[in-house]
Amino acid sequence: MDDFLAARFQMALSLGFHIIFACIGMVMPFFMAVAHYKWLRTKDAVYKSLTKAWSKGVAIFFATGAVSGTVLSFELGLLWPNFMQHAGPIFGMPFSLEGTAFFIEAIALGFFLYGWDRFNEWFHWFTGLVVGLSGLASGILVVAANGWMNSPAGFDYVDGEFLNIDPIKAMFNDAWLTQALHMTLAAFAATGFAVAGVHAIMLYQGKNILFHKNAFIIAAFFGSIAAFLQPISGDLSAKDIAKRQPGKLAAMEAHFFTQRSAPLLIGGIPDTENRKVDHAIKLPGMLSFLAHGDINAEVKGLDTIPADEQPPVPIVHYAFQIMVGCGVLLMIFALIFLISQWRKKWRDQKWFLVLFIISIPLGFVAIEAGWTVTEVGRQPWIIYGIMRTSDAVTPMAGIVWSFYLFTAVYISLSVVVIFLLNRQIKMVPKLYDTPHKL
Amino acid sequence: MDKVVITYLCLSILLYVLLGGADFGAGIIEMFTSSKHIRRTRKTLYHAIGPIWEANHMWLIIAIVILFVGFPVVYSTLSVHLHIPLLIMLMGIIARGTAFTFRHYDAVHDSMQEIYNRIFVWSSFVTPLFLGIIAGSMLSGHIDTNASSFSEAYIYGWLNGFSVSVGLFTVSLCGFLAAVYLIGEADDENDRLRFIRKARGTNIISMCAGGLVFSIAAMENIPLIKWIFGDLVGFIATVLALLSLLLMWYSIKRRKKFLPRVLAAFQVTMILVAITYAHFPTVVILKDGGTLSLIDNAAPSRTMSALGNALLIGSVLILPALFYLYYSFQKEELRAPKQ
Repeated sequence: MDDFLAARFQMALSLGFHIIFACIGMVMPFFMAVAHYKWLRTKDAVYKSLTKAWSKGVAIFFATGAVSGTVLSFELGLLWPNFMQHAGPIFGMPFSLEGTAFFIEAIALGFFLYGWDRFNEWFHWFTGLVVGLSGLASGILVVAANGWMNSPAGFDYVDGEFLNIDPIKAMFNDAWLTQALHMTLAAFAATGFAVAGVHAIMLYQGKNILFHKNAFIIAAFFGSIAAFLQPISGDLSAKDIAKRQPGKLAAMEAHFFTQRSAPLLIGGIPDTENRKVDHAIKLPGMLSFLAHGDINAEVKGLDTIPADEQPPVPIVHYAFQIMVGCGVLLMIFALIFLISQWRKKWRDQKWFLVLFIISIPLGFVAIEAGWTVTEVGRQPWIIYGIMRTSDAVTPMAGIVWSFYLFTAVYISLSVVVIFLLNRQIKMVPKLYDTPHKL
Repeated sequence: MDKVVITYLCLSILLYVLLGGADFGAGIIEMFTSSKHIRRTRKTLYHAIGPIWEANHMWLIIAIVILFVGFPVVYSTLSVHLHIPLLIMLMGIIARGTAFTFRHYDAVHDSMQEIYNRIFVWSSFVTPLFLGIIAGSMLSGHIDTNASSFSEAYIYGWLNGFSVSVGLFTVSLCGFLAAVYLIGEADDENDRLRFIRKARGTNIISMCAGGLVFSIAAMENIPLIKWIFGDLVGFIATVLALLSLLLMWYSIKRRKKFLPRVLAAFQVTMILVAITYAHFPTVVILKDGGTLSLIDNAAPSRTMSALGNALLIGSVLILPALFYLYYSFQKEELRAPKQ
C-alpha cells in the first residue's frame, strides 16, 4: 500500500469510526430527555431507571466520540497539511463555532451525569436536553465544513492562490443545508433503530418486559419518523448534486453517457472498461425525473468529465445502492412500527421483534455507505474542482504504519465498547428491577 | 481582532496546561501511589475530577481550532515535522479518555478494572510528556524544514535533549498541580498528609527537571537563560513564581483550601510567561534560524475577525456555564462532607 492510499484509508477509518459514536452521542440524549420527562411527569420509576441506564450509554459514547473527534482535529493536519494550510482560514468558521457547541455539550453532560438529586429537577432535565441540542449543533456545523469541500465558496481562486476570503459565505455554501439535513435524519434513524433493536433482543428473551418495552417505543418512534422523512431529504440532495457535482451523481448511478430520459439503475455491476452496467434493473426516465424533476431531462454522464477527474465508479455505485437499500428497508420497518400503534398485539409477537433485531446495523451501514458516496464521489478532489487530494497529503513517508496503528486502536476500542454495553445491558435486571413485572 | 484571537489562543493553552495538566497529574499521582492507599486515592481523585474532566480537555480543542483557522502555516508546519510526537500524544489522549470513562461505567467490577487502571495511569504520563516534547521542540531550533532524510525531517526535530527535558518538566508540573489540588480534597488527616508529601515530592522533582532543562539548553546553545533573565518581564515572572511557591507552602500549613491551588496555578502561569515572553509572538524557531510568528502568519483579516467574534460569542456562552459547573460541585462538597 502506498502512503497516499494509506493516508486516505486512515482518514476514512477515523471518520468512519467517529461518525458512529458522534451519531449515537448526539441522538441518544434526546431519548434520554424523553424518558426523563416521562419520569418527572408520571413519577413512574421505570422511566427513571431507563433515563439512568441510557445516560450511561451516553457517557460511554460521548467519551469515545470526544476523543476520536479530538484526534480528527489533529489528523486533518497530520495527513493533509497542505489542504489545511489553505483551507483552514476559509472553512474554519463552522469549526470555531463547533468548538463552542462541543464545550457546552461537555459542561451540560457534567451537570447531567453528576447532577441527580443535586439540582432543581427541571434544571437537571434541561441540562440533559442541552447535551442533545449542542451535540446536534456540533454535527450540523461539522457537516457544513464538509459541504464546503463539495461546494467550495467564499473565496476567489486566482493563479493558485486563495484570495478575498469570506468565511461566512464559505460556511453557508450551497451544499451545507442538504447535507446537514440528510445527515441529521440519518443519525436519528440509525440510532433509533439500533437502540430499539437492542431492547427488542431483551424483549425477545423475555427479560424486564416493562423496562425494555418503554425503551423500545421511545427509540423506535424517533427512528421511524426520521426514516420516513429521509427520502424527502435524499431527493433534495440528489437534485442538488445533479446541479453541483454531476460527476458524483453519474458515478452513483454508473451513468456513463449523457442522455435524455435517463434510466434509474437498481443494482448492477459497472464495467468501467467497456463503460456499461451488467445485470441492473432499469427504470426508464426515472434518473432524469429524480435529478431534474422531468422524465425527459438530460442527465450528464461521465463522458462530460475528463478521465483524470472522474471518481472511481464501482465503489460509489455500490455504496449508493447499499445506502438506498438499507434506507428502504428501514422505511418499511418504520411503517410496520407506525401501524403497530393501532395493532398493539403485534408488539408482543416474535416476528415483530425479529424485524427490529435485524434492523440494528442497517442505519449505520447506510450512514457509512452514504459517507462513502459523498467522499469517494468527490475524488480525485479534496476541494472540489480546486485542489486534488494527492496534492494535499503529508510529505512524511511511512503513513502506512500509522494506518495500521489506528486500525489496531479503533478495532480494540470498538471491541471494548461492545463489551461494556453488553455488560450494562446484562446488569439491567440487577440494577433496575422494578416490582411491577408483567 | 488579531490580538483578540492571540489572547484566546494563549488563554486556552494556559487553561489546558492548568486544568488538563492537573487532570493528567491526577493519573500520575495514581501511578506513584502504593497499593495500600490506591483505592482511597482513586476515590478522591474520581470525586475531584469526575464532573469536570471532559470540560478540562475542551481547551485543547479550542486551541487547535484557533491554530488551524487563524495560523494555518504554524499548524501545518508543526503537523508535518512533529507528526510522530503528535501521533503518540493522540494515542495517549484516546487511551486516557476512554479508560477513565470505561472504568467508571463498566457495570461489572472485575479484573478488567486493573487493565483500565493501567492504561489510565500510563497514558496520563505519556500524554503530557509528549505535549511537553512538542512545546520544547517548537523553541528548540531543531525543526529542519529543509531536511533531506527522514530522520532529520521527522525525528531529530523532537527527539533531542531539550525537547525531552521539557517533556519531563511538564510531567512533573502536572503531578505538582494535581497533588496541590488534591490536598484540598482529602477526606481525613492521613490522606491530607499523604497528598502534602506528594506535593512536596513533585515540587522537588519539578525543580530538578527545571534544572535539567536549563543545563541541556546551555549545552545545546538555546538562549533560555537570556530569554528568562535578560528580559525584565521574564525576570519579574521568575521572582513572582518563587514567591508564590513560598506563599503556597505557608498557606498549606495554614490549612487553606483554595489559596494553595490559586498559588500553584499562578506559579505555573508565571513559568510559562517567563519562558515565552522574550520571544513572543514568535512561537516556532527553526533550525535554519527562521521563525514563525503569530503576527506574521495570521490568516487574512476577515477570517481573523470572524474567528474573534466566534470566540467572543462562545465565551459568553461557555464561561458562565463552566463557572457554574465548578461552583456547583465545589459547593456541594462544602455543604455535605463525603462519607
